[in-house]
This record gives sequence, structure tokens and C-alpha cells, in this order.
Amino acid sequence: MSREKNGFIDSFTNQEYKYGFVTDIEMETAPRGLNEDIIRFISSRKAEPDFLLDFRLKAYKKWLTMKEPRWAHLRFPEIDYQDIIYYAAPKRKPALSSLDEVDPDLLETFNKLGISLEEQKRLTGVAVDAVFDSVSVKTTFRKTLEKHGIIFCSFSDAVRDYPDLVKKYMGSVVPYGDNYFAALNSAVFSDGSFCYIPKGVRCPVELSTYFRINTAGTGQFERTLIIADEGSYVSYMEGCTAPMRDENQLHAAIVEIIALKDATVKYSTVQNWYPGDREGKGGIYNFVTKRGMCKGSNSRISWTQVETGSAITWKYPSCVLFGDNSVGEFYSVAVTNNHQQADTGSKMIHIGKNTRSTIISKGISAGFSNNSYRGLVRISKRATGSRNFSQCDSLLLGDRCGAHTFPSVNVENSSSVMEHEATTSKISDDQLFYCNQRGIDTESAIGLIVNGYAREVLKQLPMEFAVEAQKLLSISLEGSVG
Amino acid sequence: MLSIKNLHVSIAGKEILKGLSLEVREGEVHAIMGPNGTGKSTLASVIVGREDFHVDSGEIMYKGRDLMGLSVEERALEGIFLGFQYPVEIPGVSMTSFLRTAVNEHRKYRGLDPLTGAEFLALMEERKELIEIHSDLTNRSVNEGFSGGEKKRNEIFQMAMLQPALAILDETDSGLDIDALKVVANGVNRLRTPGNATVVITHYQRLLEYIIPDFVHVLYDGRIIKSGGKELALELEEKGYEWLKLQES
Repeated sequence: MSREKNGFIDSFTNQEYKYGFVTDIEMETAPRGLNEDIIRFISSRKAEPDFLLDFRLKAYKKWLTMKEPRWAHLRFPEIDYQDIIYYAAPKRKPALSSLDEVDPDLLETFNKLGISLEEQKRLTGVAVDAVFDSVSVKTTFRKTLEKHGIIFCSFSDAVRDYPDLVKKYMGSVVPYGDNYFAALNSAVFSDGSFCYIPKGVRCPVELSTYFRINTAGTGQFERTLIIADEGSYVSYMEGCTAPMRDENQLHAAIVEIIALKDATVKYSTVQNWYPGDREGKGGIYNFVTKRGMCKGSNSRISWTQVETGSAITWKYPSCVLFGDNSVGEFYSVAVTNNHQQADTGSKMIHIGKNTRSTIISKGISAGFSNNSYRGLVRISKRATGSRNFSQCDSLLLGDRCGAHTFPSVNVENSSSVMEHEATTSKISDDQLFYCNQRGIDTESAIGLIVNGYAREVLKQLPMEFAVEAQKLLSISLEGSVG
Repeated sequence: MLSIKNLHVSIAGKEILKGLSLEVREGEVHAIMGPNGTGKSTLASVIVGREDFHVDSGEIMYKGRDLMGLSVEERALEGIFLGFQYPVEIPGVSMTSFLRTAVNEHRKYRGLDPLTGAEFLALMEERKELIEIHSDLTNRSVNEGFSGGEKKRNEIFQMAMLQPALAILDETDSGLDIDALKVVANGVNRLRTPGNATVVITHYQRLLEYIIPDFVHVLYDGRIIKSGGKELALELEEKGYEWLKLQES
């Protein structure tokens, strides 16, 4: 397009990443590097029971034997795992009894991010667990939830207060040796969220975890464990941001979900880690393992993700459909701009009879970015009468970005049905001109087209998230047409 | 309202318009006729500001302002509307949200508050009534899967929603059956006011049975070679363009 428009585009720089600030707060950090002593240090800081230290050490030993995966369609330099700080926590002990005991700087940080931890000021209907670097700062609405028997707390609190539940389910969906990054997380994870919904309870509020990386040189390794007991329902949201830095920071998280008989879990993510600058400098390396187990019959797990951030995204939220008639869903919009790279998708493993799964993936690439869908649908011999529907669409903006699709299908019985649809399209100059001629400027036109394209996924998000996600999509692509 | 003087336009180095002049005043309907490839669509594209066209010399004044300095969307917001010959499909974007965005951009430009959802729906119903379009076009994605006739009706519907000061209809009649043609013509006639103007670009005289122009111009080889009243269209139909070509030489 014309030079005039490029000038206009140049005026949009990465100032659009609104969350790039740093909180100046006194932190306790572990020395850089990873060895058994560091793991023991983390474990002792958190006064963990022996079973957990054992779990960590086993994971560490396994990790040492593993190789960083390089099969994804991603390019990144060698990560020096000895140059990372594996534990960083605000010095003042976070308190759970009263907000007064939380460091005011931290409260201010979350306020700036639009996450108020003061319950009376919060939107009704959302309970938040705020994680700052390695530790959970504050969980809101805990008391209200307790009335329903719902446990929603930081992972560390769960280890202390509900060790049996943690012991029973932790690692049952993502074993510590599952993959390189899962092993690393299992060895060094510092905190995260824990949630248990008792039998027959429909969680009355949206639960959400907000992750914030603050300290330079640290990695963030959190774990989330969600257990939905028989006949229960919960909707869970996850958000995240990080300061703008020239270095790359590593984020390797694990999310495990267990849905028992007749239970439903909806897990929504709006991922907005710092993506790096326009030249591709800095940004978060996001290597995440998310998996749900539909353990009981008629259970259902639904993943919805809007991925706009991170320099590198490597994540495949998956469902193991173990219970008969269980349902797995994956709805994804992944946006990459500038030099971002995303390799994301889902795995649906059908084991139970008459299990159903749906994969809707919408990739949007702009700038010099690369966006890949990678998926696996496996319908085992036992899983008779099962169905999968997969749809993978790619939208390209400009001619220097890439969209790739790597679907893998493995159906082992003859009574199951698998459908796969894929399209690749481009926002054309003619479409933009048409919008312009109706008085809609180019940036708004792209927002309109992209949101229309992603509508199928966005409508799966809870209300609180949908509006934010729509704005984020437009902002992430600002200045992407040249 | 629109004043074009001695306009020379080229695309990729090839001269298409070679000294075209045209005056359009408020309340008037002009028809521009001519054989294919004589620059009719180029004229429409240049007025709305399409980028691929290069204005070598001459001027286009609109409401006393030089159009050259304005972007495509500014021209649109100033009240210039193009009814496309080939309206483009925008999958996933509903007509309703597309038009609501467009209408609210126009309102913003005029310093008005955006319409709420309910107000907007009411406006859509009112305009559908006005031009007697009864269909579910608005529930579908912009032009996606529309038949040729639906696309053209949809252009007229957008025109009704935006109520432009100057509407340019580029071969809106091409490929229409007689019923669709009547719907389009009826829309144009109903939207006609003493304050706005319409330029109808057409290859055939047929549309002009339903939209009565005040002026008819024949565009040939990049210039208007003859102008007249509505009778000129009939004469052209009868004698063909060859007749004028002969006169020309």
C-alpha cells in the first residue's frame, strides 16, 4: 500500500502494550541457576511436605535426561537454564486474612492492571487469585466460596490445607515426565491456583487467576489444578501480563483439570504476555502444558483461548476423553504480529465410547510472524461411536507472515467419524477499500474483519472476558497492514 | 456540488481519462453512458479516491473543496457514496455490525453520539421500509453468498442507511433481472432529495426507463463527447455508439 499509510503505521509502536511497567518492590530471590539445592530451597521456603519434595526431585532427575523439544515450527536461540532465577517472592509475607497486610505496592500493581483485589470494588461474579512472580498474593471471595464448599486458593495453601487432594490429583493428568517443560515445571514450580468444586455444586461466580511476571531474569513456573467433582460446574478464567524487557523471559506452566462424572469445566484464557518489540527483541517464551481429563462419564471440558501475547507460544490445551459420552472442546484464536511465533493447537484423545470433541482454531498472522496450528485427534479402538470435528482457519495480513497447519489424525475403529476443514484467507485490499468507502478507517476495518473472523471463538468466552478480548485483538493488530 | 475540470488520469502509465469535465449540482441526476473500456469505472474510482489511479492533471472539487487531499474514508464521511459494480464479500462480519460501524463513524464525524443497538435496529427497519426492501440481508455476512441481484440491492440499502450527498452508482444495473432493476431504481428515486445528487454509470439505456436523469453524458475514449437531456439516451439506444464515434471523427 502507499507510503502515506506506512507513515501512519509507523506512528503505532509498541506503546500499545499497556502493561509494560515494572513494580519496584523488595524481593527475595533464589540465586540464578538450577540444581538440587535450588529445588530444596524452594521446597523449604514453602515448608512443603516430603511427598512434594520427592515429586520435585524425581521431576528434576527426569528433566536432566530430557532434551528441549525442537519439533515445533519455532525458531529461538538456546535457552540457558542456568541463567534463570527460579524463585522470586515479595519480601513482605502475603497475608490471606486481611487486605491490609498485603503490600500496598502490590495492590497498586494489580489496580494498574485493572484487577482490583478489594472485594467490594470488584465486579460481582468474579473471584480472583493474583499471582505475582512466584507467589500467590491474594485470593478474593474465599469466604463466599467456602459456603458452597468450594475450595479456591493458592497452590501453596492447598498443599498445606488439603494435602490429600493435591497428592491424589497432582500429576495425574500431566505426569512429571510428560515433556521437557512439564518436567521443569514439576521440579521448580513455585505457586499457582488450586480449585475444588464439590459434588453437585454449580460454582456461582467465575473463578480467575491473574499471573504477573515482574522481576527481571526470573522464570515463571506456576501450576493450576482444578478438580470438578461429580455433577459440578465451574467456569475458570486466566489472564496474564509482564513488563517490557529486552531479554526473553521463560514461562513454563502446567494446568491440570479433572472432571468427574457429569461435571463440566470451562477454562478460558486471554494470554497477553509481553510479545517483544517490533524488531522481535524481548518478550516472553511461553511453553505451557495444559491438559484436562474427562475422567467420568458425561463429563465435559472446554478450553477457550485468545492468544495475543508472547514472543513464542508453545501450547496445546488438550482433553483426554476417558469417560463414556464425555465431551472435549477447544476454541482458539491466536494472533501473531511483528516477529511473534506461535505453535499452538490441541490434542483430543478419545478413549471412552461415544465421546465427542470439537476443535475450532483461528490463526491470524501479520507482520513477519509465523502462526502454526498443530493438532492430534486420536480415536482409540475402544472409543466406538465417537466423533471429532476440526476446523482450522488461517487469516493472513500482508505478505511477509506465515500460516501453517499440522493436523494429525489417528482413528482406530470403524464406527467413529472425523471431519476436518481448513481454510486460508487474506484480508484483501478490496475489502479494506470497501470499508473505507463506507467511512470506516483501515484500523477499524481490520478490527471489524478480525473480530468477525474470530466470532465463533469469542462467543465462547465469559462476558467479562469477551469485551477485553475483542479490544485486544484490534490492538494487537494495530499497524499490521503495510 | 461536484465540479471536474479537464481531468487526466492514468493507471500504470496508461492514460485512461483524457481531459474530462463534468458539473453536477444539488438535486440533479446524471447518467454517464458509453461503451466498455472508455473510462466510466475509472471516473467513479477517482472520485472516491481509489489509490491505483494517478491524477496527472486537472481538478475535482466537491462542495468547494479539492478532493485530492482527502483520504477514501474522509471523502465517504463528507458524503460521497459509491455503489460498487462488484461488491466484495467480507465473511464473518454481519451486515448489521458492518453498517452500525459505518453509520456511527458518520455520526462521529458530524459530532453526534453513536446510536445504541436499539436505535440502530429501528433505523434499519425504517430505511428498509423507505426503499421497500424486505429481506433478511442484514442477518447475513457482508455480501457473502449473495446473488448478483442481492448484492446490488444491498448496495442501495447501504446508500439508504448512509444517505449520501453524492451517490455514484457504478453499473448497478449490470446483471439484474427486471424485478431487481425495479427495486434498485425505486430505491434511488425514493432517496432523491433537492439536496443530494446521483451519478448513474451505465452501459445500457434500460435502467434509465426507471431512473429519469436530468442529464445524459456520453463518455468515449476518456472524454465526455456529448451531453444532453434524457432524450439522448433514447437516441443512443436507437443509433448506437458508432453514430457518435462517426460524429466525433
